[in-house]
Amino acid sequence: MHEAGYNFAYLDEQTKRAIRRGLLKAVAIPGHQVPFASREMPLPYGWGTGGIQLTAALLGREDVLKVIDQGADDTTNAVSIRRFFARTAGVATTTRVVEATLIQTRHRIPEAPLAEGQIVVFQVPIPEPLRWMEASERETRRMHALKEYGLMHVSLYEDVARHGRIAKTYDYPVMVAGRYLMSPSPIPKFDNPKLDRSPALQLFGAGRERRLYAVPPYTEVNSLDFDDHPFTVERWSQPCALCGATDSYLDEIITDDAGTRMLVCSDTDHCGARRAERPAEECTP
Amino acid sequence: MSDDEVLLRVRGLTHRYGARTACAQVDFDLHPGEVLGIVGESGAGKSTLLHCLATRLQPSAGTVEYRCADGRLREVFALSEAERRLLLRTEWGLVHQNPRDGLRMEVSAGGNVGERLMAVGERHYGRIRTQAAHWLAQVEIGAERLDHLPATFSGGMQQRVQIARNLVSRPRLLFMDEPTGGLDVSVQARLLDLLRGLVAQLGLSAIVVTHDLGVVRLLAQRLLVMRGGRVVEQGLTDQVLDDPQHPYTQLLVSSILRV
Amino acid sequence: MYVSVKGGERAIDNAHRWLAEARRGDPAVAELSLEQIAGQLAGSVDRVMAEGSLYDPELAALAIKQARGDLIEAVFLLRAYRSTLPRFGAAEPLDTAQMAIRRRVSATFKDLPGGQILGPTFDYTHRLLDFQLAAGGAVPPPAERAAEPVAPAMPRVADLLGADGLIEPEAADDGRPVGDLTREPFRFPVDRDVRLQALARGDEGFLLALGYSSQRGYGRNHPFVGELRIGEVAVEFVPEELGFAVEIGTLTVTECQMVNQFKGSAERPAQFTRGYGLVFGHGERKAMSMALVDRALRAGELDEAVQAPAQDEEFVLYHCDNVQATGFVEHLKLPHYVDFQSELEMVRALRAAAGRPAEEPEDA
Repeated sequence: MHEAGYNFAYLDEQTKRAIRRGLLKAVAIPGHQVPFASREMPLPYGWGTGGIQLTAALLGREDVLKVIDQGADDTTNAVSIRRFFARTAGVATTTRVVEATLIQTRHRIPEAPLAEGQIVVFQVPIPEPLRWMEASERETRRMHALKEYGLMHVSLYEDVARHGRIAKTYDYPVMVAGRYLMSPSPIPKFDNPKLDRSPALQLFGAGRERRLYAVPPYTEVNSLDFDDHPFTVERWSQPCALCGATDSYLDEIITDDAGTRMLVCSDTDHCGARRAERPAEECTP
Repeated sequence: MSDDEVLLRVRGLTHRYGARTACAQVDFDLHPGEVLGIVGESGAGKSTLLHCLATRLQPSAGTVEYRCADGRLREVFALSEAERRLLLRTEWGLVHQNPRDGLRMEVSAGGNVGERLMAVGERHYGRIRTQAAHWLAQVEIGAERLDHLPATFSGGMQQRVQIARNLVSRPRLLFMDEPTGGLDVSVQARLLDLLRGLVAQLGLSAIVVTHDLGVVRLLAQRLLVMRGGRVVEQGLTDQVLDDPQHPYTQLLVSSILRV
Repeated sequence: MYVSVKGGERAIDNAHRWLAEARRGDPAVAELSLEQIAGQLAGSVDRVMAEGSLYDPELAALAIKQARGDLIEAVFLLRAYRSTLPRFGAAEPLDTAQMAIRRRVSATFKDLPGGQILGPTFDYTHRLLDFQLAAGGAVPPPAERAAEPVAPAMPRVADLLGADGLIEPEAADDGRPVGDLTREPFRFPVDRDVRLQALARGDEGFLLALGYSSQRGYGRNHPFVGELRIGEVAVEFVPEELGFAVEIGTLTVTECQMVNQFKGSAERPAQFTRGYGLVFGHGERKAMSMALVDRALRAGELDEAVQAPAQDEEFVLYHCDNVQATGFVEHLKLPHYVDFQSELEMVRALRAAAGRPAEEPEDA
């Protein structure tokens, strides 16, 4: 049961409908930023209010919600958002990707493959990928309208000229369905390939900046690059110290004053599931 | 020259700021390979005219027709915004008086020059870089400055980077607004010499606005003399400067000769 | 040893309990009541109502208490509450000419119909700490007030100038519904109604600094305080089923009409221009700052060069909201270790490419 005194999932139904209308438009124009009248939420701007409003607008009583931050279900902000919905909507929550119907995430896409019918809601701080090259909103809107994206490549050019490679590591810009330039939110570029032709519906909400956008299922998403400097993702020389995975995104943990480090999966559900499948003696400590 | 060779045809071009008329009833034709100078004192309406021609200002009346690369003469203000902006970064170039208005100061010289290539879909870093180096060399800037920011360049060099940034798309028509304004005399002379060489070598058409008769004598084959927003005299440069007909042109020429 | 850096539910619960304890302070000292806050910290309550864009002194007092006197936090609480309220409709425009005046000053005319009324003000007080207040207990003798309204009518100074055509006319009501940025996101360029709404909700400190910057030359517009008035105005609402206006209550508001730099052209003789400020409660600094910034933002419309931050619509409107600003600044406390890990890998790779081992300190 959800807490009395507030509407189901906090927002009033009229506001939810307005957000869903915006989402329909966003799905119809993949990658296009749709303005929406973001409401003040009881969680601060910058802490996921865009994602929270999308989730609130989408949740039904039968939904099973998973919330991750940095790939983990038990980081403070993920806990806080999951509790918010447990309290205001009373929906079931889970940490398992396969069980979830709706996954709200900050900065990661789960390692486990997503399926048709699932929705991923991304929290977005700055939805405009051109913002760092062009400060004016009027101008960036025009650039999107006319598909004038040379400027984004100028910024990649500057990276290669300066560093010998494209130095963007997260929030790496993508083209959606060959039409709109889009910020994938600050996920590591490691996750960019997962956006491409995903069977799940991927939705993006920026509360403070009042924008939402979408990548419908099976939509082509390409990371920007040069023919002679193709897009690549991070690889680690060691496997996860806990589950032995060699194909997941790893976080570095400093374990003592001498700076000793270990690398472990950032996706805690993925790591836990792998460990559960393996006999205990095989696990690295 | 025959009518179908006209590159730019301007008729009755007028621009008003509120009640003030900045330029009125300007007519002229520009032919391929021709450089037209527009001279007059400050406030004569030259810059307004140039900005109207380059579609940065919407004229209050009149037409500007341009013969596109496909050979069709088209009214530029009837083009869609997308077509117009494409024209501005491919077939046209615009050199501002202040290089800061025409350059991205936080982007390297190479990135500045390469931008137009990337804007039309070039996605090979090596080729972009080779082209940028080539066009910087054309304006006498060495490859060692390719990755430097324009802010570290002198005023004359910044102006040359701006020119290279425009030339990289092989434009057919270049608009220049006081391209040598604000530069030292010796730097001006070098830039003019360079511009004259490039215009001849590339067969460019250009419209140059300046208050400096020396600039047009060197660059322009034909001249428009403007005063109070109107064209008071036009003709071949040598003819106008050596035998001015309009009293204002006479005054303008004699004031330069006196200096 | 694997040390978990992730916070659990229990940590959050404990942190919140600690906060509640800190909020209450020494239990031997009497707890603050909302009446005390609303009555004796009216400046804070007014600011929270203005920036929270919700007129309710009692809820504002509660927010201030809950926020431990942190006013931006209190504004945030009020705004979040505001999101949950249903909307019945829009009131009729306030008629500030009919205000029950508490204070009214003009810097442009020595005397004017209705007169100058100082009212309760910090102006002309000597800012000396009053140690008698520290002792408490004393009830100040009541100030002498006129038994009746000072004047039957208090015409607004801008209206007096307007009658002679000396100031630009107020834009006529074009009948279009007034914009509401809490329902419709900005679309630049935005109209003045939405701009004024954003400024009315905007952070007092931010607007003060911007208004001040315009006085110091960053977008000068030669302001005079035509009039500053504070008092109570009636709020009227037309219920659909009635079809005529009924009074539903009163608000205390502060209104500032700036008279600015004149303009003229060949067709139009010279006229002063306007900047406008209106805030909930008694907020003179905010109303004046708002009026300065409103006028600065009209630069484009009045054919002035747009050069200074105060004149830049996108800059001002996107940065004046303190709930948005504080959220985004404070979100830097959230974990960013996935992004940081990407950067770490890149820096190591770049350093390795530069031929220097990443692991070794500079002096090794």
